[in-house]
Amino acid sequence: MNFETTIGLEVHVELKTKSKMFSPSPVAYGADSNVNTNVIDFGFPGTLPTVNKEGYRLGVMVALALNANVENHTHFDRKNYFYPDNPKAYQLTQHDKPLAHDGWIEIEVDGKKKKIGIEELHVEEDAGKNTHGNDGYSYVDLNRQGTPLIEIVSKADMHSPEEAYQYLEKLRQIVQFTGASDVKMEEGSMRVDTNISIRPVGSDVYGTKVELKNLNSFNFVKLGLAYEEKRQSAILKNGGTIGQETRRFDEKTGETILMRVKSGADDYRYFPEPDLPGFEIAPAWIKEIQDSLPEPAEKRRSRYVNELGIPEYDAGVLTDTKEMSDFFDEAVKFGANPKLVSNWLMGEVNAYLNEKKIGLLETKLTPEHLATMIKLISDGTISSKIAKKVFKETISNGTEPEGWVKEKGLVQESDPAVLTPMITEILDNNQQSIDDFKNGKDRAVGYLVGQIMKQTHGQANPKVVNKILMSELNNR
Amino acid sequence: MNYLNETIDSLHKKLADKELTSKELTEQTLAGIKEKDEDISAFITVNDAATDVAKKVDTEGIKGNLSGIPIAFKDNIVSNGIKTTAASKILYNFMPVYSATVLEKLESAGAINIGKTNMDEFAMGSSTETSFFGNTHNPWNLDYVPGGSSGGSAAAVASGEVVAALGTDTGGSIRQPAAFNGIFGIKPTYGRVSRWGVIAFSSSLDQVGVMSKRVEDSATVLSTMAGHDYHDSTSSEKEVPDYRANLDKDMSGVKIAIPKEFWHEGADPEVIKQVNAAIDVYKKLGATVEEVSLPTLKHAVEVYYVLASSEASSNLQRYDGVRYGFRAKDVKNIKDLFVNSRSEGFGDEVKRRIMLGTFALSAGSYDAYFKKAAQVRTIFIQEMTKVLDKYDLIMGPSTTSAAFKIGAKIDDPLAMYMNDILTIPANLAGLPAASVPAGLANGMPVGLQIMAKPFNEQAIFNAAYALQEENKFYEKIPTALKGED
Repeated sequence: MNFETTIGLEVHVELKTKSKMFSPSPVAYGADSNVNTNVIDFGFPGTLPTVNKEGYRLGVMVALALNANVENHTHFDRKNYFYPDNPKAYQLTQHDKPLAHDGWIEIEVDGKKKKIGIEELHVEEDAGKNTHGNDGYSYVDLNRQGTPLIEIVSKADMHSPEEAYQYLEKLRQIVQFTGASDVKMEEGSMRVDTNISIRPVGSDVYGTKVELKNLNSFNFVKLGLAYEEKRQSAILKNGGTIGQETRRFDEKTGETILMRVKSGADDYRYFPEPDLPGFEIAPAWIKEIQDSLPEPAEKRRSRYVNELGIPEYDAGVLTDTKEMSDFFDEAVKFGANPKLVSNWLMGEVNAYLNEKKIGLLETKLTPEHLATMIKLISDGTISSKIAKKVFKETISNGTEPEGWVKEKGLVQESDPAVLTPMITEILDNNQQSIDDFKNGKDRAVGYLVGQIMKQTHGQANPKVVNKILMSELNNR
Repeated sequence: MNYLNETIDSLHKKLADKELTSKELTEQTLAGIKEKDEDISAFITVNDAATDVAKKVDTEGIKGNLSGIPIAFKDNIVSNGIKTTAASKILYNFMPVYSATVLEKLESAGAINIGKTNMDEFAMGSSTETSFFGNTHNPWNLDYVPGGSSGGSAAAVASGEVVAALGTDTGGSIRQPAAFNGIFGIKPTYGRVSRWGVIAFSSSLDQVGVMSKRVEDSATVLSTMAGHDYHDSTSSEKEVPDYRANLDKDMSGVKIAIPKEFWHEGADPEVIKQVNAAIDVYKKLGATVEEVSLPTLKHAVEVYYVLASSEASSNLQRYDGVRYGFRAKDVKNIKDLFVNSRSEGFGDEVKRRIMLGTFALSAGSYDAYFKKAAQVRTIFIQEMTKVLDKYDLIMGPSTTSAAFKIGAKIDDPLAMYMNDILTIPANLAGLPAASVPAGLANGMPVGLQIMAKPFNEQAIFNAAYALQEENKFYEKIPTALKGED
């Protein structure tokens, strides 16, 4: 029996606002517990929410970037449930009229392009965090409570773990390029829940849906879904039935583990939030947001290829993250040769990032400094050997390259009037090398160049040295 | 201090003439409360620190229009550093860390928070009998309820403990106790006053209002505390008039609608007699009075109890024993903590409404109850709007009967709910509404209810003032007060 897989994804993305979605508390990581809170976040009696317009604007940005239709009249709803990290015992979300609906993303699997539908996107507030101490107590931290989230619900359009993986990669890239979120799985600013079912090929009813949670990377999503495909098909082949359940992925064993069996749907008693009046999203505002959307990755990529002559593969690497692409664009704006900027970013810069295991923005390198350094190479001011020294200094300490090169006397010597007397003197003292050269031993040239470099502390322009040396040798 | 014959003006005159210092006024107020509350029990918490605030007024002089005036606050209005309980065991020890906007506004106009008044638990009730802190007694007859849920505020004003008190009104909780105690009480238009810091019962219906013996004092207080508040997205940005300065008792040409459904068969004939007499006063003063019909009124109680209880079931979920308030002891796990804290912390009436609301919102009954009720509410609003397109005011009795005996209805929730039928319409439609004393029925006060167009509180104040100046009900002394003949 052959099976067909159906996958739907629910992705939560934190929107990058200064303050929370319904309260003026700051949104920030790494603070002491319950520091970024106020009476609203604590659900104190008498408190009321107010809508963070910037949070909603970022949500609309994401929706537009995902080709979705933004709802013109909407409101917030309460989703009611008890949990210690949910201080009001309801979450504000958009149940009835989501922010936007019917979007899509195009992915490519095995060279074939495919559109994956997006059912809806809605804005909601995040919950706090519970931690369970070894002292028998549980602790509640409400710093995260109220952080704006946008939930992106895909249609059940994916049929393999690879498609799900590509969908997530593409989604991450698109959202990241809007600037609305950092979309970092490792920091929790992007979270993925999956639904997967299988059914015999040709069947017109879906199989029982299993929810898979605790997926901390796209790779684990792929591995977890692949495990589920196998697990579920083995059960069906043995005549068993799939239980409606929630499972979690165990990173150590690569298996999925039962968390709980679902007994009917949860009843969240949704109803319109009476503390916030319904609101109109003016078409003019939507247009304004549309017009303000930063250039998406796809467009940048083709611009790099078509306008800047960057190879297809390199353009792909440069547009993998917004920070890399922004950096590239900035450096080019400072007048550096695009191909050289690309080579440096993909070569030395990436090597440095990999070695230090940090992100581009965590270094002290600026687009301007990189551009200056590349210009110094192009105009012959420094050699590529010296350039590596300059690069190390600039990326580690943020030093301005041009001034540093002058200060340290690293400027390349290209003046024949300076180099010629030096070369003739070395030749005068190395008759043996001249003889070797005349006898066809090319090694001798290397030796002589080495001597010149030694004398100039490596600052002689190798091209100029070569030219003078050859003409001098031929004249002897 | 005995406020029975005082107004904000008369008190300010005494302060200005140095007949009394603000400190003395506050001290005497506290003493008056102590003495009278032996019988009345209007307060849950008395603010003994109030004299310190009063001293400030003595040094700074009368600056605001409420400078040095002690005012009482219903105990569901949060007050920074002063215990706020909503008359519930679940908040029996709750100490707020911020103050409601209404309290802040009145304080910045110089008012002094003299204490927190008794009420039905979470404002759910019509008799102040569901309070965790015991009953409040009606100053006209101590065996009778003061009404509710703002029963403590009403009794405090009627007994002369304070000149004015704040209440909240979700389905009549200001107007019904005002009627039962023979005082004036106004529930403003929904959105006129900020709800920030008001412990929510039903968010789409709750509104803060004022109670006082004299119409002009409520006008002063409401002007001071109304207006937009960025904390409350449902508060209106409409400008707030100076209701007091604009008081105008000329009733000539005012068009009054009287909905025939308000004179329904269950009403006490003595109450009807007093209300009709009050309406005759308006005719005499030159107003035109015409009968109209509000056919949907017959569904108002059902609609109200579905919507209010649904919102309440959600609003009251935060009382879970985790962060503040009462926490059950000896729990084994988080579920026990939630269940036991709530089971032990809430009283019967609150539990009844939480269950009702939870049921109405649940997946199987949402359409038949919550959604249907919301739709009927819309129809009802349209009916009221249509009447107010043609008339300036709607009038009728505030209640179907005068105050009843303590214990008479507490075991009959349906009879208790029916009490609210005449006050619920203004909440469902978000209209401003007030109760003004009309007379006595068998020795207990009766209120005339006045409703107006949204944000036309002025029309209500004017009409109430016109009646007050005719019947001078404020001269009557509540019959159960000792030494006040």
